[in-house]
Amino acid sequence: MADPIRLKVNGVEHAVEAHPDTPLLYVLRNDLGLKAARFGCGSGECGACFVIVDGRAVPSCDTPLWSAAGKEVVTLEGLGTAAKPHPLQRAFVDEQAAQCGYCASGIMMSAAALLAANPSPSEAEIRIALDRNLCRCGSHNRIVRAVRRAAAAREP
Amino acid sequence: MSAAVADSRAGLPASLRDNPRLSRWLRIGRDGTVWIAPGKVELGQGILTALAQIAADELDVAFERIRVVPAATPESPDEGVTSGSLSIQDSGSALRLVCAEARAILIEHAARRLGVPALELDVFDGEIRYRGAAATSYWDLADDGLLERDATGTAVTKPPGSYRVVGTSVARLDIPRKIEGQAGFIQDLELPGMLFGRVVRPPRPGAALAACDAAKAAAMPGVVAVVRDGSFLGIVAGREEEAVRAAQALAGACTWEGGTPLPQPHELEEFLVRQASRQTVLSEKSDPTVAPGEKILEATYTKPFLSHASIGPSCAVASAEGDALTIWTHSQGIYNLRRDLALALGMPEAALDVRHVEGAGCYGHNGADDVALDAALLARAVSGRPVKLQWTRADEFGWAPYGPAMRVQLRAALGADGRIVDWKHDLWSSGHSSRPGRGAVSALLASWYRERPVARPPAIDLPMPASGGGRNSVPLYDIPNQRVVNHFIEAMPIRTSALRSLGAYANVFAIESFMDELAEAAGAGPVEFRLRHLSDLRARAVIEAVARRASWPEQGRGRSGADEAARGLGIGFAKYKNLGAYCAVVAEVEVEREVRVRRLFVAIDVGLVVNPDGVANQIEGGAIQAASWTLKEEVKFTAESIACQGWEDYPILKFSEVPAVEVEIIDRPDQKSVGAGEAAMGPTAAAIANAVHAALGVRVRDLPLTAERVAAAMG
Repeated sequence: MADPIRLKVNGVEHAVEAHPDTPLLYVLRNDLGLKAARFGCGSGECGACFVIVDGRAVPSCDTPLWSAAGKEVVTLEGLGTAAKPHPLQRAFVDEQAAQCGYCASGIMMSAAALLAANPSPSEAEIRIALDRNLCRCGSHNRIVRAVRRAAAAREP
Repeated sequence: MSAAVADSRAGLPASLRDNPRLSRWLRIGRDGTVWIAPGKVELGQGILTALAQIAADELDVAFERIRVVPAATPESPDEGVTSGSLSIQDSGSALRLVCAEARAILIEHAARRLGVPALELDVFDGEIRYRGAAATSYWDLADDGLLERDATGTAVTKPPGSYRVVGTSVARLDIPRKIEGQAGFIQDLELPGMLFGRVVRPPRPGAALAACDAAKAAAMPGVVAVVRDGSFLGIVAGREEEAVRAAQALAGACTWEGGTPLPQPHELEEFLVRQASRQTVLSEKSDPTVAPGEKILEATYTKPFLSHASIGPSCAVASAEGDALTIWTHSQGIYNLRRDLALALGMPEAALDVRHVEGAGCYGHNGADDVALDAALLARAVSGRPVKLQWTRADEFGWAPYGPAMRVQLRAALGADGRIVDWKHDLWSSGHSSRPGRGAVSALLASWYRERPVARPPAIDLPMPASGGGRNSVPLYDIPNQRVVNHFIEAMPIRTSALRSLGAYANVFAIESFMDELAEAAGAGPVEFRLRHLSDLRARAVIEAVARRASWPEQGRGRSGADEAARGLGIGFAKYKNLGAYCAVVAEVEVEREVRVRRLFVAIDVGLVVNPDGVANQIEGGAIQAASWTLKEEVKFTAESIACQGWEDYPILKFSEVPAVEVEIIDRPDQKSVGAGEAAMGPTAAAIANAVHAALGVRVRDLPLTAERVAAAMG
């Protein structure tokens, strides 16, 4: 095996021993124990595996390890914790914005990237920002309400 | 046993009669916790929260004390399959009785210990009080083995008027951990020494492996085993990406032959009619005193094969140790799965431990059971080390059972007074149930491809009145002459099974589209025409409620301008299974090039509401999923293979396309609770099609309502 690859996730540096072409998703889940990003399609079509890399929400299933090296990777675990939840997490619980919840982590990453770039998006802007994320249970409208609630909570 | 007790047991809910031991359902902890162990499983529908609410009320404990044990063989009550919107009915009624009886036993026991009359004791959050003062508690009595006895069914449950937790929108128990990103799905399960598996599928159903050079894949980094059992092929590797790469290499080294002929594009209706079918009359009634109709209408509707298309593909973990096998699964029925696995693997059931772990959203019989056998076959090849098997997106689209395609042909006659006097419904469908654990041979996918394969058992048709293909085929409307005929296709070359609402989706789409066609022919408004034929008061109430909520106009439901899209409103109604929830939907659509659903209004009556927000969540979700099916979804085939590999081949509704949904719940505390999850599917489809007709003046009778189909209907 080649030299370990240095990867910074949620502010912590890791040395990962994996093939450079390994999808970032498998490294996060299987090497680093970060299970929030989830496998959905393996080809960047559903958003279940989204993480934020240098400020952009990207599919980690379609991001090779080598290309994430040297960048800032943020997963849902880095967004907030049970003790100190991100406003999005609090809003998702308040709005009961899930049924199965499998898509929720990826959607919150898209929403976090949106709110970082646009702190008070309109409903239409939220929907367009979330169009790369699929939800099958039909929780869309609750999710949009949760993102609006989180945006409102962040405003001074 | 006294005759009285025997009689009351006969009246127990089936779940409790089959699993009468109270301790199987309920445990009291010394630490002030209450553990309930339903046999039903969480599928993303929020059922465990609703069951916890019921338990809290019957036991008189705070909701926060309730913990739910995930179902697992052999400890859990065997409640069959979590399906059919029956969990509140089955598990809810069983738990209600268990908790009521447990409360009575605990009070009786406390009374004996305290030497006071039981009637003078009361319970407040688990504390047992005598004349208002704390005397003892459930927790003090927890170790006394009081629940090691069978339910008698003699306990008196609380009157609905006294519920404190039932009827309130308690927050879902499972949502916080999902939002925090905690591990909890089957896909997240990790065991010491665990390996990763992938399977290699044929290019089309029924194809056999002609040749396979496994040497290259076997020599790839990390590969622990290449498993070949007839035409079943799998890889086990140390790392997940190694399993993926080796499976790709192995797939490239295989030659397949044979396979099932698949429907060609655009020939779905012919394909269904061409299959051999067996006719059964599902319902028939006649009234010779009614004069024959004057105006006769006929129309045929179709619905394609649909995919479950859950966001998380099926997954299982299996571990073989000596002669025993443990399976972690997101199956809807762990006992049925165990029975089938025992059959497939030639093992005694007692050697199998099947444990439920939540998966991604489940809308019917998907790949959850199949992947469990796949995982078991791989795990047996690497005995002593657990294997996690993750299906790919292509596995999921290509190999999980589909919701059956259907054709519905309707014919009705209108009398001189504008009432329907005669109704004929003919439906063509394969079976809507091919679940495992019910037959003499394995119903699990890999069984049909192994060295000694068994023939795939055909999907069965469920009996009336709930039925499968015939679900909701008997109109709820008052029609004096009617005949409903099922043309059951047993030998369907494509594997089909239960998908949310089964035949109700197509039957209600057809019936409710046709009701609008008949209303127009009778010169009546759609709402008035429906009410004209409905004596069921709860049915009338949901229709009236949704019409009010949507400001329904009987006339002028469509409008269009030179520079704007055509808009229209449409309605649909059904009583799910003709036994369950009443649901009426109004859709507001806008058509430019494509049909867009802007808003859906839903009125729903599920009897006594356990959790209003839970019901709203299920209805919203069902209505949005039904809108997605209706506007976009169809499994496509080519002559050689299933054309659906990824989401590009099977688009579903996106955030920017999802309609606003308004739900009005009609609470009926005096009526038994029925499930909500499937009620909106058919009515939503019909409401959308009727709204398209209002907007454009054309009738599209083949689903999905794509731009291509709408354009074709417009000529």
